[in-house]
Amino acid sequence: MKRREFFKNSLKGVAAVATVGAAPLEADVVKEFHISDKTVGILYDATICIGCNACVTGCKKANKDPQEIYDGEKAWDKPYDLTADTRNIIRQYRHGTAQTKNEIEDGYGFIKGQCLHCLEPGCVSACPTSALLKDDNTGIVKYFADSCIGCRYCQVGCPYDIPKFEWDDWYPEIVKCQLCDHLLEKGELPGCCSTCPTGASLFGPVAKLREESKRRLLLEEKDKYTYPVFSTDSGYTLVHKAAKYIKHHYGEHELGGTQVTYLSAIPFEKLGLPAYPKKSYASISNAKQRGVYSSMLIPAAVLGTYSFFIRKNMIEEKEEEKRLLEESKENGDKDA
Amino acid sequence: MHKEVALGGRIFTPVFVGMATLVGLMVIALGFRFILGLGAVSNMSDGYPWGIWIAYDVVVGSAFACGGYVMALTVYVFNKGKYHPLVRPALLASMFGYTLAGASVMFDIGRYFHAYNLFLPWKINYTSVMLEVALCVTAYIIVLWIEFAPAITSKFKLEKLTKILEKTAFFFIAVGVTLPMMHQSSLGTMMIIAGEKLHPLWQTQMLPLFFLFSALFMGFAMVVFEGSIVSKAYKLGDETTILSKMAKTAVIILSIFILLRVQNLLLNKQVANAFSFDTASITFLMEMLLMCTGLVMLAIKKFRTSPRYLFVGAVLILLGSSLYRFNVYLIAYAPMIGDWSYFPSIGEQIVSYGLIAVEIAAYTFFVKYFAVFTKH
Ligand code: SF4
Ligand code: SF4
Ligand code: SF4
Repeated sequence: MKRREFFKNSLKGVAAVATVGAAPLEADVVKEFHISDKTVGILYDATICIGCNACVTGCKKANKDPQEIYDGEKAWDKPYDLTADTRNIIRQYRHGTAQTKNEIEDGYGFIKGQCLHCLEPGCVSACPTSALLKDDNTGIVKYFADSCIGCRYCQVGCPYDIPKFEWDDWYPEIVKCQLCDHLLEKGELPGCCSTCPTGASLFGPVAKLREESKRRLLLEEKDKYTYPVFSTDSGYTLVHKAAKYIKHHYGEHELGGTQVTYLSAIPFEKLGLPAYPKKSYASISNAKQRGVYSSMLIPAAVLGTYSFFIRKNMIEEKEEEKRLLEESKENGDKDA
Repeated sequence: MHKEVALGGRIFTPVFVGMATLVGLMVIALGFRFILGLGAVSNMSDGYPWGIWIAYDVVVGSAFACGGYVMALTVYVFNKGKYHPLVRPALLASMFGYTLAGASVMFDIGRYFHAYNLFLPWKINYTSVMLEVALCVTAYIIVLWIEFAPAITSKFKLEKLTKILEKTAFFFIAVGVTLPMMHQSSLGTMMIIAGEKLHPLWQTQMLPLFFLFSALFMGFAMVVFEGSIVSKAYKLGDETTILSKMAKTAVIILSIFILLRVQNLLLNKQVANAFSFDTASITFLMEMLLMCTGLVMLAIKKFRTSPRYLFVGAVLILLGSSLYRFNVYLIAYAPMIGDWSYFPSIGEQIVSYGLIAVEIAAYTFFVKYFAVFTKH
């Protein structure tokens, strides 16, 4: 290979890195997940949540999580935020006098915080050792402590700040909602849904939940509607008057979609659910990673070219040194 | 023709003893960390899962340790043999820089006994940028020690081993100039998945390219920085001419970096953000100002050839580019939900200082004991 070709090759390498850097990339989740009948999720309807926190207690019970302790006192099942001891939380939105439910001005509302079980989960893409995996059937994003090295990249990679870390443990784990798959296995419902008295937290197959939410979004304010409670096929129902829904089903498309989705009368952004694009950061990152390394061709080519030239240059250098040595010897002979 | 020599001299200098004290403090802090958990010594939290042990010791530290990489590129790939005297000192600094970045990771990860999972093919996740960085950096640390090994084996007169090492050197050098290209760009890719948690002045798909470029010019600037200090400290003679050549290369790469960065900000419509004078904008402007001042200083021949300004220019560039990396990993990072803040705790700082101290102490010991420098 001539030197010129070498430069051409290395330029190609740089160009490849640059194109991967600049070009818009197609969604590219390595293991694409498709919603099937077995895919389960939760539909949380903020308009009918009464903020009773039964689901928070239900979640703690289901997962044997301890209560939060603030300043030495056990708070009465009212944690301030998600932590390694709290996988589910009800947050409140308040404005002004906070008189009317589901109103933005002088109103209030609630929102449930838990893992959304993304279809393109950032945490799964991020985890170096596959300690977070998406189940092929249920789509539940599960955590396997045995594989986890505790690097916390999943926390950086989750767009909803869900995975929590046991900061005060000498040998910590990551904690997050796993959709109570240990209860599902026994044919039970997730702790939060089985305790929710209004049907605000509704468990079911994702496909059915999506149909349900479509129906609700067609409702006019004050329409009477029969809301299923606990799960889509529990048989229990309650009739509520519909609130003025925001015509958007949060989680249907956000960052590739999620299995836990939301309906609300108060704008989602005010509830801490960011207005995300359809394309997930996980897919961008995956594509980038794949683009450069999946084939390992670029690094291999670079390595090959480098070895060739380094070897050549080193041999030349050795010869040069030898020549200089001989020259100085000859000069020495002459002097003598 | 060049020949490296050991400098000799006292090992237990005041510098050495001072460093040993810092290391002692670090050991105590680490004791607490390993017994009581990360929360006990650090200010890291669920909002800021990474602190200075990652942002400084790994992300900035590994770029500071790119001197070995850029010198190997210059001398072996671009065949500029006259810079050979700079190779081994830079290599040594890189070797310690990367080794300690690796150590820092082991202090930082919560489940260190499970770190071996990173090397089990059935466990690893190929889409994880973290995985790529972890494997590449581990491999690079090993390669750096192999590259430096001849200095050690020849000291102990292990001639056979030295011969083998010299024969195979070309391969390890080649690996050694490939790996940093991979993991330094990946350090940029790593934050793409953070999405909107990283401020739009920094969040871009160009992150890998920016990190690769910054590693390159930081490597050259570091060669100038270290060269200026050690040539004074160990009275190696004036190296300004040779160092100013390296500074010139740094200037060229830095100019491209700044051009690309500005163009990228224009494309992403970030001009208003850049001049809004909030925290993000101010740190951004500081970063740019430091780099540009250094750039201008080293671009002018008169300054570049004066030992003092050469040094100052390199320092400015290093400060600006470290701030860039700090911004990407910490200052411009904010969790999506909740009020979180982060400032490194005393414990975290002690560990970082301790690691720097280990580096300096080990460096001063190695240059006295092994053949690293070429005397004029
Ligand atoms: S599904 Fe289970 S773990 Fe998840 S929020 Fe509900 S109760 Fe908690
Ligand atoms: S919400 Fe976060 S933790 Fe849950 S699946 Fe998505 S990325 Fe993972
Ligand atoms: S902390 Fe554990 S689960 Fe999270 S990314 Fe690291 S190894 Fe994976």
